[in-house]
Amino acid sequence: MADNVTILIPTALRQFAGGNEQVTYSGGTVGEILAQLTGAHTDLKKHLYNDSGQLRSFVNIYLNDEDIRYLEKDKTPVADGDTVTVVPSIAGGVAEMTEEVTLSADEVARYSRHLIMPEVTLAGQKKLKQARVLLVGAGGLGAPLGLYLTAAGVGHIGIVDGDIVDSSNLQRQVIYTTDDVGVSKLAAAKRRLNGLNPYTEITTYDTRLTSDNALDIFKDYDIIVDGTDNFPTRYLVNDACVLLGKPNVYGSIFRFEGQVSVFYAKEGPCYRCLYPEPPPPGLVPSCAEGGVLGVLPGIVGALQAAETIKLILGIGDPLIGRLLRFDALKMQFREYKLRKDPACQICGEHPTLTGLIDYDEFCGVTNAPEVDLDAQQEITPTQLKERLDAGEHIVIVDVREPHEWALGTIKEPDVRFIPLGDIPARMHELDSADEIVLQCRSGVRSAKALAILEQAGFRKLKNLTGGILAWSDDVDPSLPKY
Amino acid sequence: MSLVWTLEHRTVICRHSERGYPDEVCGIIIGVRDGADKIVQEIVPVENAWENPDEQRRRFQIAPDVLLRHERGARAAGQDILGFYHSHPDHEAHPSETDREWAWPTYSYVIQQVYRGVSLDLQSWTLKDDRSGYDTEQIRAED
Repeated sequence: MADNVTILIPTALRQFAGGNEQVTYSGGTVGEILAQLTGAHTDLKKHLYNDSGQLRSFVNIYLNDEDIRYLEKDKTPVADGDTVTVVPSIAGGVAEMTEEVTLSADEVARYSRHLIMPEVTLAGQKKLKQARVLLVGAGGLGAPLGLYLTAAGVGHIGIVDGDIVDSSNLQRQVIYTTDDVGVSKLAAAKRRLNGLNPYTEITTYDTRLTSDNALDIFKDYDIIVDGTDNFPTRYLVNDACVLLGKPNVYGSIFRFEGQVSVFYAKEGPCYRCLYPEPPPPGLVPSCAEGGVLGVLPGIVGALQAAETIKLILGIGDPLIGRLLRFDALKMQFREYKLRKDPACQICGEHPTLTGLIDYDEFCGVTNAPEVDLDAQQEITPTQLKERLDAGEHIVIVDVREPHEWALGTIKEPDVRFIPLGDIPARMHELDSADEIVLQCRSGVRSAKALAILEQAGFRKLKNLTGGILAWSDDVDPSLPKY
Repeated sequence: MSLVWTLEHRTVICRHSERGYPDEVCGIIIGVRDGADKIVQEIVPVENAWENPDEQRRRFQIAPDVLLRHERGARAAGQDILGFYHSHPDHEAHPSETDREWAWPTYSYVIQQVYRGVSLDLQSWTLKDDRSGYDTEQIRAED
């Protein structure tokens, strides 16, 4: 036990040691002396030791003229009148050979609200500039994602989409304007984003994402953001991200509800851990079938953008292993814990999937109608129009919901309205001697109605192929499509 | 907070940086604190102790025992170590990511840009408290 052992504190660390240049303690070893110092000044401790209690590599402790690393380290005994000195390592140098990004004065002004936040600063803004983010889908989620990530200064954004802008997109896809209707989504989005921030490089992939192109497109990006609205693509994005070890920022929307999570198999569960199998086809309607509140993808897409930026900056708690659900009607967020499934087919302990598969087949999605109709049970809008114009008596049964009728229907004399769900109870209103054509928006529900009536003994039945949408295209453009 | 020195102090750093080109050079800045100012009294060139000589064009290190000696000497004379300088051969006078990893708060980090052997820009930086980046530090030359 030695009294009067002095610790000399370098200028840089005095602010964490109560401003003292030196302090004097008693103890048997260097470790005991230092423990008294760091016990009295806990802030100092994290500058000297790492989380596992080891002396940091850029800190040197000298006992008189000797580095304690070459003595007995913490257990080096001390004697009366000894001096322990904390000596910082002073080192540095120019950047590695890799090119370092810089921000121009114009960019500094543009990102000033980021730069003044201690969680971002210049270093974080440079990370954003170096980042490469891929958006799968330029629809309801892709619109706010593209806008906010571009505005934030993400340096490289890729967008995959094969669609053209439709007027029914404008209710929620705020990246497009009325003038964009009819042009490719990618061209319109790129023009808008370039106008928003010329420092962001936009790469477009005018294609549907498939098992053949996904890995090739994904490999050049750090983060993949899923903004799609169908199960085959969702599984494809998940599997490709797991195989390439990239995080997948997931979002989905339906009517008034949204979900967000970050699926990152390296650090947590993947989408398959949550849903090993897709739902039966048709059980979960798409937005085109079920509708969506226009502002909902704005909220969910903005949440995805926030998660993406956090991942790039390495700040905060990402939604890894958590699913956030949002209900716009209740105006409520709920969070669910997700667990990694050790038996997961792609990210589990013994994965059986080692490559991409046919996701349309996996999800049971085909282009054929869900009810198998014979060819002679289908009638095209043009055929129907010709026969009606020739004066034939044909009963048209519109099986859509009442709120859909209000949007308009075929303008022919004998159109009856019976929603699909009411067909069994109200089929007595129909005469099986009449020739009956069933119709709905796209021809799917009317095919089901046909099957029900056929079961009940009706024989002179036909389904309007493509429904109201096809009628509007081929016969009556004044009939609004929705 | 400003770093206050004379042109002679600056010249020592320029000449040392040019002599050492294309390697990085380094040294210690010693003086006293006067309120918000750091008054430079001595510029001490020291050896670049970075272990691998092949990397000395891009790296520097001040040996801890050298630093210890100057820390003691300064204290004995009623002075303080105010900071350090190093050169960036053929690079701008801005701190790099490597500099940030190794940096300490409070100290001035003076960086001398040397382009093709000629000293150009010189700037001083201090680490932000949360280590996230640097603030530039004013330099004032007095007679």
